[in-house]
Amino acid sequence: MDISPILNGFGVVLEPTNLLYCLVGVIIGMLIGVLPGLGPGATIAILLPITYGIDPVSAIIMLAGIFYGAQYGGTITSVLLRLPGEASSVVTVFDGFALARQGRAGTALGIAAIGSFVGGTVSIIGLTVLAPVVAGFALDFGPPEYAALGILGVLLVSAIGNGNRLKAVIAACVGLLIATVGRDTFTGAERFTFDSLNLAEGIDFIPIAMGLFGLSEILYNIEERHNQVHSPAKVGNVWPSRKDLGQAKGAIGRGSLIGFLLGVLPGGGAVLSSLAAYAVEKRRAKQPERFGRGAVEGVAAPETANNAAATSSFIPLLTLGIPANATMALIFGALLIQGIQPGPQLVTEHPDVFWGVINSMYIGNILLLIMSIPMVGVFVRILRVRPAILAPITVLITLLGAYTVRNQVYDIFLVIGFGVLGYLMKKFGFEPGPLVLAFVLGSMIESSARQSLLIFGGDPAGFLTRPISGTVLAVVVIVAAWPLIRKALPRKKPAAVPGDSDRVEEKTP
Amino acid sequence: MSQPDPTPSGVADAGLQEEVERLHAEMEEARPPHAGPISQAAAALVALVVGVLAATGSYALGLGRLTQPGPGLWPFAISVVIVVLSVVLLVTGRRLEDTERFSKSSLLTAVALVTLVALAALLPVIGFEIPSLLLTFVWLRWLGKESWRSSIVISIGAVAAFYVIFVLLLQIPLPRLI
Repeated sequence: MDISPILNGFGVVLEPTNLLYCLVGVIIGMLIGVLPGLGPGATIAILLPITYGIDPVSAIIMLAGIFYGAQYGGTITSVLLRLPGEASSVVTVFDGFALARQGRAGTALGIAAIGSFVGGTVSIIGLTVLAPVVAGFALDFGPPEYAALGILGVLLVSAIGNGNRLKAVIAACVGLLIATVGRDTFTGAERFTFDSLNLAEGIDFIPIAMGLFGLSEILYNIEERHNQVHSPAKVGNVWPSRKDLGQAKGAIGRGSLIGFLLGVLPGGGAVLSSLAAYAVEKRRAKQPERFGRGAVEGVAAPETANNAAATSSFIPLLTLGIPANATMALIFGALLIQGIQPGPQLVTEHPDVFWGVINSMYIGNILLLIMSIPMVGVFVRILRVRPAILAPITVLITLLGAYTVRNQVYDIFLVIGFGVLGYLMKKFGFEPGPLVLAFVLGSMIESSARQSLLIFGGDPAGFLTRPISGTVLAVVVIVAAWPLIRKALPRKKPAAVPGDSDRVEEKTP
Repeated sequence: MSQPDPTPSGVADAGLQEEVERLHAEMEEARPPHAGPISQAAAALVALVVGVLAATGSYALGLGRLTQPGPGLWPFAISVVIVVLSVVLLVTGRRLEDTERFSKSSLLTAVALVTLVALAALLPVIGFEIPSLLLTFVWLRWLGKESWRSSIVISIGAVAAFYVIFVLLLQIPLPRLI
């Protein structure tokens, strides 16, 4: 393996501006992880206009930092307030809060920070080794493969995400539909523009993401009161003792592996892996009853796994150009805004972006370790900021930010429109994530599918006879039919561990 | 199936799943009650209407043929999927519990929406300062239930900070009064 591009990547990261953006990204990530309300997806969406004006490498380094930084920050509220900052920190609550009640909040945070660091770093090493290989393999993919992969990506994110699948797939289809608005690139016909000049250019990604992810979350949170806010537990010594470290060592190792593997799978990611890692530790433990009452492993495993997964979910994006989750869809969109097409060519055409982003994660994780152990007190203090004060400021950033992209009030109205749409979707049980992801992939899927039809001379059977696209489409059918298959198989509660992990594998390529 | 389920049944064991469910139930308590079969049907019907409208729209665009796909073929295919899935949702989804009832506090969201639209409408006319000030103030005082004093102080401070950052430092061409 030629390592000079990797070393050049370090050169890119160590440029002072990029270091600064990395630092800004991880600090913002930590903050929004700690603060209730906005998640990393919403934050990245709101900050998209800023990335418009800066260099692509710096922009993506910052956005990536927000994403994995939030995984660190989410731990703090789980442990101290029993409020998971992120969905992927839900299981950390069990043992983390139990430890905090025993006066060992510091230990929990320290172990979580070390686990997060190890998991993140192991995953980056895996990313460094694996990503170029996958990208090389994908280089001979043609339009049929891309069409099939895109459909699989949209379907997996809809199927594995939260909530009802049927609704998620409907939302995804609406996203695909919105992507068709504007002038058709093949025939020049105007689609669904209703003779509006604004719509003729199609709908821009930024207002959609800002509205559906950012504004809708704010509007939704206005109603949802965080009634029971505990005052944070006192944080003592955050340096874990040798005994705690010894206890957590195995959990951190296994958590890294589980997180890395599940994070690569589209739709899998941080939430699934934190649960899996916790379950594995509980099952392996000699005294499983300790779990839920302050077992150090019960904090180490999920926190390690969610960080490893957050990092490895970059692999499908950077190598295949398929975002593995809704947040990756935002980073995909941010790359497109910068005129960079994520995909197998990324590593050869834009090695500075590819290696710059990957290597920035090493630095980012070190920065986060420093912020989560010696500087944790600063972030604990931030817990006292009331959400009511942040909401209007976030709204202003969103609306004025949307305006600055093209200096058009029309864009503000678009953001408000999509914000209301997202709010209503949440009220009626539809997740906005699949819609945004499908919107991002929509034009790629359509043009690949149409190019394929031209290649095949109009015969759709061509998708099935090509080995890779055929296999991918077979998986699509399995995923789509999975709920029916599961109903058809009369099975009791699964008992064995190996069978369980097999079932996860089956859903995914 | 009805609640957002973070534990795909394959991964977690029964005990863990119970624990996660318990925690979820606890967090759900803070949320408004679910809205029942009528809102489920309404949601499915809206999706159905979207699908039907999009299908007719794309049909009008021209489907072409597989050798020569017209501009309407792809949106038509998606619309058909939407129509089929919404019908399935309409039939099977009545017992789902993932919709939320609109409550009194939904009025707060409506107020918030009015401030947003007002900001967008006034921005090109009188610049960003006064609309932003009004928006932050309304959000703090009535949506966030902050005291009069802190609402005034924070809204003025926030808009001043915006002015300094956006206008003076970053020199972004926002429409403005001053």
